[in-house]
Amino acid sequence: MPTFTMHVFRGEGRTGGFTEYKVDVDTGMVVLDVIHRIQATQAQDLAVRWNCKAGKCGSCSAEINGKPRLMCMTRMDLFTEGEAITVAPIRAFPWIRDLVTDVSYNYEKARQLPPLRPKPPEADGTHRMMQEDIDRIQEFHKCIECFLCQDVCHVIRDHEENKKVFAGPRFFIKAAGLDMHPLDTREDRRAWVKDVGGVGLCNITKCCTEVCPEHIHITDNGIIPLKERVADDMDPIVSLLRKFRGQKTS
Amino acid sequence: MANHEYETHEHDVIVIGAGGAGLRAAIEAAAAGVSVGLVCKSLLGKAHTVMAEGGIAAALGNVWPEDNWQVHFRDTMRGGKMLNNWRMAQLHAQEAPERVLELERWGALFDRTKDGRILQRDFGGHRYARLAHVGDRTGLEMIRTLQYHGIHQGIDVYMECTITRLLKEGDRVVGAVGYWRESGKVVVFKAKAVVLATGGIGKAWKITSNSWEYTGDGHSLAMWAGADLIDMEFVQFHPTGMVWPPSVRGILVTEGVRGDGGTLKNSEGKRFMFNYIPEFFKGETADNEEEADRWYADKKNNRRTPDLLPRDEVARAINAEVKAGRGSPHGGVFLDICTRRPADYIRKRLPSMYHQFKELAGVDITSEPMEVGPTCHYVMGGVRVDADTAQSTVKGLFAAGEVAGGMHGSNRLGGNSLSDLLVFGRRAGLHAALYAKNFAGALTVDAGQVEQAARQMLAPFERAGGENPYTIQSELQETMHTLVGIIRNEAELKEAATRIERLKERARKVRVEGHRQYNPGWHTALDLESLLAVAECSAMAALERKESRGGHTRDDHPYTDDTWGKLNVVLRWKDGRVQVSREPLPEMPAELKALFQERK
Repeated sequence: MPTFTMHVFRGEGRTGGFTEYKVDVDTGMVVLDVIHRIQATQAQDLAVRWNCKAGKCGSCSAEINGKPRLMCMTRMDLFTEGEAITVAPIRAFPWIRDLVTDVSYNYEKARQLPPLRPKPPEADGTHRMMQEDIDRIQEFHKCIECFLCQDVCHVIRDHEENKKVFAGPRFFIKAAGLDMHPLDTREDRRAWVKDVGGVGLCNITKCCTEVCPEHIHITDNGIIPLKERVADDMDPIVSLLRKFRGQKTS
Repeated sequence: MANHEYETHEHDVIVIGAGGAGLRAAIEAAAAGVSVGLVCKSLLGKAHTVMAEGGIAAALGNVWPEDNWQVHFRDTMRGGKMLNNWRMAQLHAQEAPERVLELERWGALFDRTKDGRILQRDFGGHRYARLAHVGDRTGLEMIRTLQYHGIHQGIDVYMECTITRLLKEGDRVVGAVGYWRESGKVVVFKAKAVVLATGGIGKAWKITSNSWEYTGDGHSLAMWAGADLIDMEFVQFHPTGMVWPPSVRGILVTEGVRGDGGTLKNSEGKRFMFNYIPEFFKGETADNEEEADRWYADKKNNRRTPDLLPRDEVARAINAEVKAGRGSPHGGVFLDICTRRPADYIRKRLPSMYHQFKELAGVDITSEPMEVGPTCHYVMGGVRVDADTAQSTVKGLFAAGEVAGGMHGSNRLGGNSLSDLLVFGRRAGLHAALYAKNFAGALTVDAGQVEQAARQMLAPFERAGGENPYTIQSELQETMHTLVGIIRNEAELKEAATRIERLKERARKVRVEGHRQYNPGWHTALDLESLLAVAECSAMAALERKESRGGHTRDDHPYTDDTWGKLNVVLRWKDGRVQVSREPLPEMPAELKALFQERK
């Protein structure tokens, strides 16, 4: 059984630093298993968020060797024995304790985003939607809200002041998904994306796409088309044309 | 000491738990015009519902127009070996389609049929393809839809807040006490009605698909407040959990793999399920491979593949194959879809299974079989409720979803959980709101009860020399796994009861390190109380029921017994102890009984 040296960020409030733990690692273990082993045997009060341990709930986000990842989907055999491994909290959000941060920023943005306003159902009370019309949106619905894309986004990561005026990649794909939803009739969401969500601040460095554990093409399929539609809204001719075709205007 | 020093919130209705049932209950209560608080142990949107993969069972009849609520009702009752509360099963089958359509109106995007309607997939025990789904991440779609609909309904959400006691005034529930996980501070909720939607108890077992949250909180809170629990002996072991590597053992592999054409094979390459078709299901199950394979496309002229027998049957069969020495290298059996369906189809239909095996086990399921084995998944038993109102036997206390008992009888069919959450979540929210509107007298909570709960919460910090809570938790999991597992007997169950008693003793002296702020050691210590309580309930009910049925198999009483088929095992808290009794099952009316005579 190989032994690994883990450097886990510990502390609370304003004071913290890496604490070293030596841990025996079994076949197939992931970083979250190692954290649990430290809890059970060396530091029972080591604070960490987790739920499903299968990459589906997005609770155990952390920065492992500096890279934003899910602890439950990061296998220990990525590392070589003897290699020092650091585990730190996602740092774009206020720190609470050890590996836990205050992610309430995301829940505030979620509440602000104008929700779906569906058109009425057909006579039989159901809706008809074609698979090809929802494939792209289903991709956005894969989001597990791990907020790694938010964590890595330099607009807010290094600029606390931008949080007030920037919703972040998670909520751009949420907005894109709603905007492209076949049932949606909302006209004011794109204005929100531009004026409140601050999509203009995104300069498409694709960091969010790179860290997405669900491999959602956040930038190419979500943000860029959204930016284009927002830009079209500003263009009176395109806007008029859309109205003429019965498409959504804003 | 007066309780005014504690942070206090007041609502007409509080809902404890924010998975599918809790969210749906909160939405309905808010729609009824009352003030609603939604309290959850984790962050919003992280509840166990996200783990549900296969789909929501509802007789929409989109793929098979022959399907209707009567067929769904019949499948559900047969899957539960007729021990279900018939009225719950009826309401569930009748209302599930509307609940699915409602989810769609709130933004859920299910996979579509060619003509643009909701596509439905095959699942174990369902006569027709019935599960509305989104690939293999249906639960995620459901919770996200409810979450984003719910946050605009004026519901106050209390995240990362654990409830440890319900508050009572006379014979009615009037609130709850708990603590904020982040600060460790005590918080009091005054409420005219309380809805429990806390999920299950699976964390009491070693190999489980359930997360840390599944510690039976709602079951225990209800029992301690005087409510009845029923059917606690019935625990579902999902037949297909991952078995390798050890660290992922127990993680769920959706039944959708078999629904979409996958088959179970033993080490000899044989499709062994044909050897395990019980008499009860012979009439509707294919007895040869050709018919089983034809069934996927032609359900009218062929019987269902035995790979899709109800979960209890499949779990026992896998258990028997492994015991007979025909298991896979790591103690499971093989689940093969790669030789049966094209790689593109597998990736499209089962994307998260594909990633799960690729990333956690290094297995490519489009070219290799999976290794799978039973994992503790779901408890059929729970709070005894009135079918129509979801009210427990205690006034003002409602329960919905996994924490409620009766709906699934002795075994739940796959896909019936998500629909259960929606149907009874809505009913619980509605009736809790109505109850709150008719609440008579002043809403007052007893400071003494609050104080006692607060003292119990903080006790682990004041002890010296006790044990680490994780040690006790893992010994309990080992005990339940070896002695209250898939196959049980009297001697082992008695031994389990003795060991649980000793663990309770040790848990009372458990020691916690550090301070109250976000301290998982402390949280685990507090969760132990409910975890041990539900483990005890499950072992005692299992000892009481001297027959085998659904999710309860006794090798000393290997057959189903008609006398037991008319009885629920009921558990009640009396004088600080669990009391066990047997009570008659509600009798099904004649017109519903007739549904079972039409077709064998």
